[in-house]
Amino acid sequence: MDTTVPEIHIAHPQFQPEPSVTAEQRQAASAAQEPSEVRRFLLSRGNSALADRSFQILMTLCALSIFGIVALIAIELIGNSRLAWHSFGLQFFFKAYIDPYTGLPTYWDPVNGHFSALPFVYGTLLSSLMALMLAVPLALGVAVFLTEMCPNFLRGPLAFLTELLAAIPSIIYGLWAIFVLVPLLREHVNPWLIKIFGWSGLFSDDNPTGLGFVSASVILAIMILPIISSLTREVMIAVPHSQREAVLALGATRWEMIRMGVLRNARIGIVGAIILGLGRALGETMAVTMVIGNSPEIHRSLLANGSSMAAVIANEFAEATNDLHRSALIEIGLALFIVTIIVNALARLLVWAVTRGAPARVN
Amino acid sequence: MGVGIEVANLNAWYGSNHTLQDISLNIPANHATALIGPSGCGKSTFVRCLNRMHETNPIARVTGTVRMGGIDIYEDVKPVEIRRRVGMVFQRPNPFPTMSIYDNVAAGLKLNGYTNRKSLDEIVEKSLKNSALWDEVKDDLKKKSGASLSGGQQQRLCIARALAVDPEVLLMDEPASALDPVSTSKIEDLIFQLKTQYTIVIVTHNMQQAARVAEMTGFFLNGRMVEFDSTQKIFTNPSDKRTEDYITGRFG
Amino acid sequence: MEAASTGTKFQLRARIRGLIDSGATILAVLSTLLVILPLVAIFIYLLLKGASSLNLDFFIRTPKPVGEAGGGMANAIVGSATLLAVASILGVPMGIFGGVYLAEFGRGTKLANAIRFTADVLNGVPSIVMGIAAYSLIVLPQGHFSAFAGGVALGIMMIPTICRTTEEMLLMVPHVVREAALGLGVPNWRSVLSITVKTASPGIITGCMLAFARVAGETAPLLFTALGNNFWSTTLNEPIAALPLQIYVYAISPYDDWHRLAWAGALVLIVLIVLAVSLVRYVTSRGVLKGAS
Repeated sequence: MDTTVPEIHIAHPQFQPEPSVTAEQRQAASAAQEPSEVRRFLLSRGNSALADRSFQILMTLCALSIFGIVALIAIELIGNSRLAWHSFGLQFFFKAYIDPYTGLPTYWDPVNGHFSALPFVYGTLLSSLMALMLAVPLALGVAVFLTEMCPNFLRGPLAFLTELLAAIPSIIYGLWAIFVLVPLLREHVNPWLIKIFGWSGLFSDDNPTGLGFVSASVILAIMILPIISSLTREVMIAVPHSQREAVLALGATRWEMIRMGVLRNARIGIVGAIILGLGRALGETMAVTMVIGNSPEIHRSLLANGSSMAAVIANEFAEATNDLHRSALIEIGLALFIVTIIVNALARLLVWAVTRGAPARVN
Repeated sequence: MGVGIEVANLNAWYGSNHTLQDISLNIPANHATALIGPSGCGKSTFVRCLNRMHETNPIARVTGTVRMGGIDIYEDVKPVEIRRRVGMVFQRPNPFPTMSIYDNVAAGLKLNGYTNRKSLDEIVEKSLKNSALWDEVKDDLKKKSGASLSGGQQQRLCIARALAVDPEVLLMDEPASALDPVSTSKIEDLIFQLKTQYTIVIVTHNMQQAARVAEMTGFFLNGRMVEFDSTQKIFTNPSDKRTEDYITGRFG
Repeated sequence: MEAASTGTKFQLRARIRGLIDSGATILAVLSTLLVILPLVAIFIYLLLKGASSLNLDFFIRTPKPVGEAGGGMANAIVGSATLLAVASILGVPMGIFGGVYLAEFGRGTKLANAIRFTADVLNGVPSIVMGIAAYSLIVLPQGHFSAFAGGVALGIMMIPTICRTTEEMLLMVPHVVREAALGLGVPNWRSVLSITVKTASPGIITGCMLAFARVAGETAPLLFTALGNNFWSTTLNEPIAALPLQIYVYAISPYDDWHRLAWAGALVLIVLIVLAVSLVRYVTSRGVLKGAS
């Protein structure tokens, strides 16, 4: 230890241990003051415990309304679908009435009271899965481009454009789909599909309208793209830079860095983003209704008309002919509610696990 | 007119962290008391226990007694009532960003329901004069926002805001540490003036500052109060070796 | 020769890896172009087809019967505004107060986490389900469709959205601002309202605007609550027209005239939504908390 450290004296010649205010001045100052008006006012204010408590209770009740909404929806849907539930049971979703004369299934016949949700379940699943197949590769491509490859000056405008895509309402997508997309597919894409893949039985030419599953899946893909892409971007951004640098330091190309350093780490979140896109596709109503053809039947051809759970509700609810019809529609709505809640909850859990609690942007 | 503070066996925890251990001291009325010590020794926590701000943290816990002006501030009154009688100036200036200078100073009164307009004008003027800010802002009182001032001015604004409610005690947690030297010396002059009217407790890293403005000084180390005595004694002839080591710069 | 062959092998591998890297880049760029393409196409079509049918009549007249030229969507525009107003009365206070709870009282608690999670999940439930709920809650007992039912359906949709955006904005208010208020002895309720909420108010308002933009374009929940109306509605207890509803009815009709009106309506709708989204972006980029650093 250095013993030659000089003593540091904080006290310096001008240091006044006694304050320059004398004792008399201090006494005079304190004697002159009795509690001022301000002090008296504040002392009279009380402790506002009641106001604070009431305020907190009010805020809590409003927050609990979220639970209330879920409960409300569940109660109303369960209550009003009881009729259909008692009439058909669980078979509502997978069995159909077989016409004794033709041997063919009749799925949805409000007039005669035959209700089976099978074509709608089929339609929802098929259109959603096809949409995912189209949307996921593109969404990943966009996310990768925007996050890792995009020059800085482009990133802002492009991100804004994808945000705009998410803000366009379903009805406008549907409008554009009917008048632009469907004719386009009908003239240029469907014939090509029939010609090349017709042998598989998946593309037959007996639906010349251009409506049907292919058109519905394309517009659905366009609609769920922004969600998958923006959420994928979020989880990619959440991967720490050290991961990227570690891979690059090993001599990897940019794509290899993206693949091993980013995508691999973010894959749980990306799965979550995809599932969220699926959730949106399952419930999408207006655009699908407008182009899917609204026919409660099941065909092998992907170009055939069909329907979906949301579409049949949108089409028939306002003019439902009888209580059983309406109850069957509400039961389909209940199924949609339960399925989308489960799918969304799963997706959110996956995304949250990766981004650790950063608030998920919602579109 | 200020009041004295009697602290007895004060212990404070943040969760399982025993931040303050058995603190006992008497802070004299109408004087300035400085609290010095190395970073993390508990001075800020101690000061926040004096106006019950410590317990705004959900994992905070306090035992012991703090008596101010004859009442036990933990047993006899609710936090809100104590905080109206004890003003606080924080380390970083924190004026309300959406309010004008006038509204900032008047905030403590207006938000407690004080409506006498004319009286408010006088109180705002008096507080700004007391914090040596009046001349610089008197023309822009309602036009400029509190956040548009410089750092030193903002801190003086916060002092004015604290003074406007006529507290009996003024707590200052390193009030000049985020400021430039000119502003710092202005604030030190302020404290010198104010201590005749209020009881001031000032936490500071700066020993010269403590020596300049305070009559009493307490030295904190690792959550304990090592020595509490007149400033002159602490800085010229401390009783405890740890105090002496700290003030001569051997650590801290 | 060993060294040479491993050398060339390495070079070959390096070339392949380089090609793959370029290929990946090309694919990524292509995907982006392919995604931007429909967006641009939609806007172009909306402009082309919609602008030509936009005239003063569109904004001041109600729909004419089929076959008659002219007519407009005035009642639909007013109807949408009415529905939005009803929805806001329900959705905005509850949403904002719910957000206040999450940010100020429930932070870190299990209850708040559960509420936040549920709100996010609710935002993903199809809007037609809200319509069914409003239908059975209001239309069934009342025996008729109404603007009130439509407003309630939309209001229910607004609550989770506004709750989450309000929470996010409140969390951005620096802690020191709250401390300053508490240190002055301001009662907690007053501090939350007059200081914290007020500081975050630009952000909270933009959050509400986002919710408006989202809800204004919704069609499905209105199909069997508000139902639509070809004439002016005078009370909240009767069916009411709405812009997206009218667009839908016209779009699926077989009449060219009506198709043109549908495009015009869609153009108006998208312009309003783009304005709202852009305004939100502008406000949040300028800094939600002016002056609070």
